[in-house]
Amino acid sequence: MNLLPPGRYFADGNFAATEGAILAGCRFFAGYPITPSSEVLERMSSRLPEVGGHFIEMEDEIGSMAAILGASNGGVKSMTATSGPGFSLMQENIGLGMITETPTVVLDEMRGGPSTGIPTRVGQGDVMQTRWGSHGDLAPITYSPNSVQEAFDLQIEAFNAAETYRQPVFVASDQVVGHLTEMLEVKKIDEYDIVQRETRKVRNGSDRVFDYSNDFIPMFIAGTGFRGNVDSLTHDEKGYPSNEASVEKEMLEHLLNKVRKNEEKIVKYEEFLVEDAKLILVSYGITSRSAKQAVKEARKEGLKVGMFRPITLWPFPEKRIKELAERSKKFIVPEINYGQYSHSVREYGQSETREVHFPPGAVPDYKIILKEIERCFA
Amino acid sequence: MTETEFHPKHELIREERFPHVWCPGCGLGILLQSYLNALEKSGIPSENNVLVSGIGCTARLPGYANLDSYHTTHGRAIPFATGMKLANPNLNVTVISGDGDLFNIGGNHFIHAARRNMDLLVICSNNFNYGMTGGQHGSTTPPTSKSASTPYGNIEPSFNLPYLASALGASYVARWTVMHPRQLTRSIKTAMDVKGFAFIEVLSPCPPNFGKFNGFGDGFEEMEFYRTKSVVQNDAKLEDISIDPFHGKQVVLGEFVKRKRPSYIMLEQELTAKLKEGRK
Repeated sequence: MNLLPPGRYFADGNFAATEGAILAGCRFFAGYPITPSSEVLERMSSRLPEVGGHFIEMEDEIGSMAAILGASNGGVKSMTATSGPGFSLMQENIGLGMITETPTVVLDEMRGGPSTGIPTRVGQGDVMQTRWGSHGDLAPITYSPNSVQEAFDLQIEAFNAAETYRQPVFVASDQVVGHLTEMLEVKKIDEYDIVQRETRKVRNGSDRVFDYSNDFIPMFIAGTGFRGNVDSLTHDEKGYPSNEASVEKEMLEHLLNKVRKNEEKIVKYEEFLVEDAKLILVSYGITSRSAKQAVKEARKEGLKVGMFRPITLWPFPEKRIKELAERSKKFIVPEINYGQYSHSVREYGQSETREVHFPPGAVPDYKIILKEIERCFA
Repeated sequence: MTETEFHPKHELIREERFPHVWCPGCGLGILLQSYLNALEKSGIPSENNVLVSGIGCTARLPGYANLDSYHTTHGRAIPFATGMKLANPNLNVTVISGDGDLFNIGGNHFIHAARRNMDLLVICSNNFNYGMTGGQHGSTTPPTSKSASTPYGNIEPSFNLPYLASALGASYVARWTVMHPRQLTRSIKTAMDVKGFAFIEVLSPCPPNFGKFNGFGDGFEEMEFYRTKSVVQNDAKLEDISIDPFHGKQVVLGEFVKRKRPSYIMLEQELTAKLKEGRK
């Protein structure tokens, strides 16, 4: 099988994400080279043929996204890796994955933007794009790794979530996590929970392509005799297109509710010194490592500060943010953008929420965050 | 209900979905019938055939066939089909979509799939305009002809699709009209056995749009025009067969290309086998 042997590796995030995906069962990759995620594509091109998988370098990111959906419907776990400009091109087919309930994983390594921006340097400007990027109503699931270890572990979780909730799942990593080299620990494969895909092979009597009363209905695989229609148009449970508002309501509420009803199972976060905190930093991805340093320094000054780190950006950790808001009343959201996730923290927390903006291009300086903490206590 | 009350192809169509969305005089019903006839004659188990389409009138065709059918996004049927074929090389994956879908918005994917000699059959119904959105012009609209967006006549040259497909290295290239259902059926059946990229262009009338804008009374009149203008010439010089019937040019049909060239799947399987040997 040629999986990465268990052990300790000194590796970068792109290596980790690739190996995590392969361990999770990814056997198809379609992609287009783009900084800073190209090393994932390169490693996939050498690794997938070794493990019996398929690799194809497509003509663009639109084709890449279409191909991974096709592969998934053909019965193989699939993924792509990209960065902002490519992620923008993928949005339409991400919607196709949502409406056809096709599991797949998109790794987006955020860099400076808008447009071509700063290809080689870090940004966090795509977090709302993973929430609202494709048109129409969506209930996306987005993971945000802040280390090489998480680049590995969350890639596995993303595959599991994609299979469980039958939709494209995002890993919103960034240039620094992708290129950072640090310790990675890989356990034995049987120590990981890997969700194997359940399928319906043959249609039994009135079996329908979709089931809107059931959050977890196994998909059928092309060529196994099911004879189903899978459609980008709004469709009924038979998979047939419909113009009826009532069908749209039924389909859409199913698509949204299968995630919304299970938010508690999906949401992951880490907390640092929040118990007695009067002020809480909400920080994700690489920025959280600067934020944690700022909290440590502030504590030395006797300031009661803590940090809440959403590991899943979406669904938003609504319940916990509300609890923290009751207690501490004040948030600071430092981000490598000009205020994105802060809007959701303010919306759900209903508390004073200060923003600390960092331009794309560098890992945030913890001293700037510390200054904002001191200002809050002044 | 007696047996005669079934449609002759009732096992291969989704009868509950009829009537279809197509206009009177449209050629897509003939294309569907020709495809299903070819499928029956091929002897390939029908469950092994998967249809993929993009968006448009033609892209609705897979939804009427009782096969696994995937109606994807505009222009993206070919890359979707590529992923599916690689995931399971035992599938027969056929893309059936329109000229606007495959060559305007989706042109990039067509050229790369043909270049790779990807193991797909691509059938393009060409009605010279965007039918579903009301008859705007596209890259296949013949010179000087009128459309909803070329009211003064089209000033752009149009694609010569067989010439394009051949230049890219496709293993099989043919062109027919829906007034040639027997030749079309034979051609589809032949293409189903081709290793690599097979392409069939099918000229089809669009009475309420291209037909109306260009003075045809109904679908039949437009079909009859293509038929009388048509000549079958399998050894045609492909650079000369662009479609320009309004300036007295004949519409050249035929099976133009049948060439043996390693397909993508063959090369991928060779590569994998070599890797395995190297590890022994």
